[in-house]
Amino acid sequence: MNVQPRTANIAAGNRRLAWQLAAGALLMTGFGYLLVPLYQVFCEYTGFNGTTSRINHGQAATQGIDRTRWVTVEFAANTSVDLPWEFSPVVASVRVHPGEMVLAQYQARNLGNRAIVGQAVPSVTPGTAAAHFRKIECFCFSRQPLDPGQALTLPVQFQVDTDLPREIGTLTLSYTFFEQRGGRISSARPRLTKL
Amino acid sequence: MTELALPHPHDHTHPSGITRWLFTTNHKDIGTLYLLFSVSMLFIGGSFAMVVRAELFQPGLQFVSPHFFNQMATMHALVMIFGAVMPAFVGLANWMIPLMIGAPDMALPRLNNWSFWLLPFAFTLLLATLFMPGGAPSGGWTMYPPLVLQMGMAFPFLIFAVHLMGLSSVMGAINVITTVFNMRAPGMTYGKLPLFVWTWVITAFLLIAAMPVLAGAVTMLLTDKFFGTSFFNAAGGGDPVMFQHVFWFFGHPEVYIMILPAFGIVSQIVPTFARKPLFGYTSMIYAVASIAFLSFIVWAHHMFTVGMPLAGELFFMYSTVLIAVPTGVKVFNWVATMWRGSMTFETPMLWALCFIILFSIGGFSGLMLGLAPVDFQYQDTYFVVAHFHYVLVTGAVFAIIAGVYFWLPKWTGRMYDERLGKLHFWLSTISVNVLFFPQHFLGLAGMPRRIPDYAVQFSGWNMVSSLGAFAFGASQLIFLYIVVRAISGHGAKASAQVWEGAQGLEWTLSSPPPYHSFNEPPKVP
Repeated sequence: MNVQPRTANIAAGNRRLAWQLAAGALLMTGFGYLLVPLYQVFCEYTGFNGTTSRINHGQAATQGIDRTRWVTVEFAANTSVDLPWEFSPVVASVRVHPGEMVLAQYQARNLGNRAIVGQAVPSVTPGTAAAHFRKIECFCFSRQPLDPGQALTLPVQFQVDTDLPREIGTLTLSYTFFEQRGGRISSARPRLTKL
Repeated sequence: MTELALPHPHDHTHPSGITRWLFTTNHKDIGTLYLLFSVSMLFIGGSFAMVVRAELFQPGLQFVSPHFFNQMATMHALVMIFGAVMPAFVGLANWMIPLMIGAPDMALPRLNNWSFWLLPFAFTLLLATLFMPGGAPSGGWTMYPPLVLQMGMAFPFLIFAVHLMGLSSVMGAINVITTVFNMRAPGMTYGKLPLFVWTWVITAFLLIAAMPVLAGAVTMLLTDKFFGTSFFNAAGGGDPVMFQHVFWFFGHPEVYIMILPAFGIVSQIVPTFARKPLFGYTSMIYAVASIAFLSFIVWAHHMFTVGMPLAGELFFMYSTVLIAVPTGVKVFNWVATMWRGSMTFETPMLWALCFIILFSIGGFSGLMLGLAPVDFQYQDTYFVVAHFHYVLVTGAVFAIIAGVYFWLPKWTGRMYDERLGKLHFWLSTISVNVLFFPQHFLGLAGMPRRIPDYAVQFSGWNMVSSLGAFAFGASQLIFLYIVVRAISGHGAKASAQVWEGAQGLEWTLSSPPPYHSFNEPPKVP
């Protein structure tokens, strides 16, 4: 008949352990979400997925220019399938010295019959070069509204790092324009500033 | 959930009819429910696979539209993984863990009831999508965006079904850990736990760590689609590749969730029929624990071709290949257990032996896939399909079938027909190799996976593979017949020990065991 107290002890122990394990499961749900910012940091740090970094004018000026070396930067432009825009670089490629500040231009025109807000998403290939490609000013830092028929020149100012690996002689900077629809803008905004 | 932890010692009656099953908190009843649910899903998921193989019997489009073909392939995977394999292991855990550790029931019997009864609802949601405009999920079970976001009405049903399945698995896992930690009979130390119990405890921790990550990932998909977030939407600064990382952070532990309990089952069966104790008990536990740990740092080997830096490719390649070490320890231990044993080859042993050989083949093709440079050739080909069916069908499913033959006499009190069991084994083993082995050749020759039509040079082996599939599917009807016969009380009466070499607490109980067992803790030898 001493079964009852033992039963009660075990039941309490079971409940405590079950709650601890449930808390563990909840923690792992949180960890799943934590993977998102971790991934962003990881991409920026390593240039993984062609993620480029952003610097300001002051930082850009501190780098010397390596005049012994030439690097070709090619420009590519894409639009998402449902965006009725014409979008292209003004020149297809430029030759630059590492450390040099370069201004390049794209142009966009709205061929549709409604006003559209676009957002350009950049990417640099090869992926190992992305971490060495720094943007100072870029039209991709903000959203671009275009009225029907309106055309726009879109500048990007960048610098190729002097410590770009020697074997890389050509970089491709690519932009894809997407349409920004109503509710999506605000939630997307804080993360876009990092692009 | 708590005061029912131990049933009243004098309560020998139990309810009957439908309410017995709806409201049951008895671990044996819930185990039975899980297993019946699993076998029904096995046949539903299997019929989807038959549609796939029928369409692939010849090049060109014969029976179904490409869209329906994609639905069948996707639903086959979802139903088999979450409906057949995982519930089967939870069912075996429910039945056997309390009997093996001398506990009167699972630690949280009402939670147990709830974890099971979530599943029929989850699969009603999932299977109902077949009848919806736009059809069932068809973008692959991995649910990669942006393709998955283009799904029709089925999308939220898929997400909520995955949520329910995840909830059910996590609750089941909590129950297993709590039972093993708190409910062991006096004297049943951790060093004496049967391997099946050990592998299940480790699996349960994997479930608690991995399933919530999947729940998070699919919730992000849901909010991307309906609430304007941009986790995977490039236009909003998100990245579709990130889904693959989050998904496989769950996905790789998930494949071990489906194989570790299988290791446990085989580790019970091989010593029984070799009539020798398991060789290297402690090293087996350490091996399983190492595999479980490694499963969390290898995920990107599923996505070598997304464009990772070289350092990433190397890290994930080395960590992946490292898994071969603990897996090798296990295989050598099983072989050493049999070494100079007085072996007999009853049906469960045949399945277990076949598991060891065929699972190793799946392991070897896994090694090939784990090598980043060659994976660029194999990625998304039938070689991958052959690989994961060797580890999941001839691995997980064969071990489950072995376990069912092993424990069926204990559950029902009746011996199955040994001749029919052997017939089932030989038909399945031959046909499953006819089914999956040629898929290695197809994949190496470049046939992509998930396509309803293919280039004509692949015709021959596809026809062979389909014939194997039909034979394998039909063979499982024998299994159904054997199980139904035992349940309905046909066959010779089974003794308490059932198998001559069987050791452990579960074999000290009568066959079938009483509805309430181990109300008084047993003496552990």
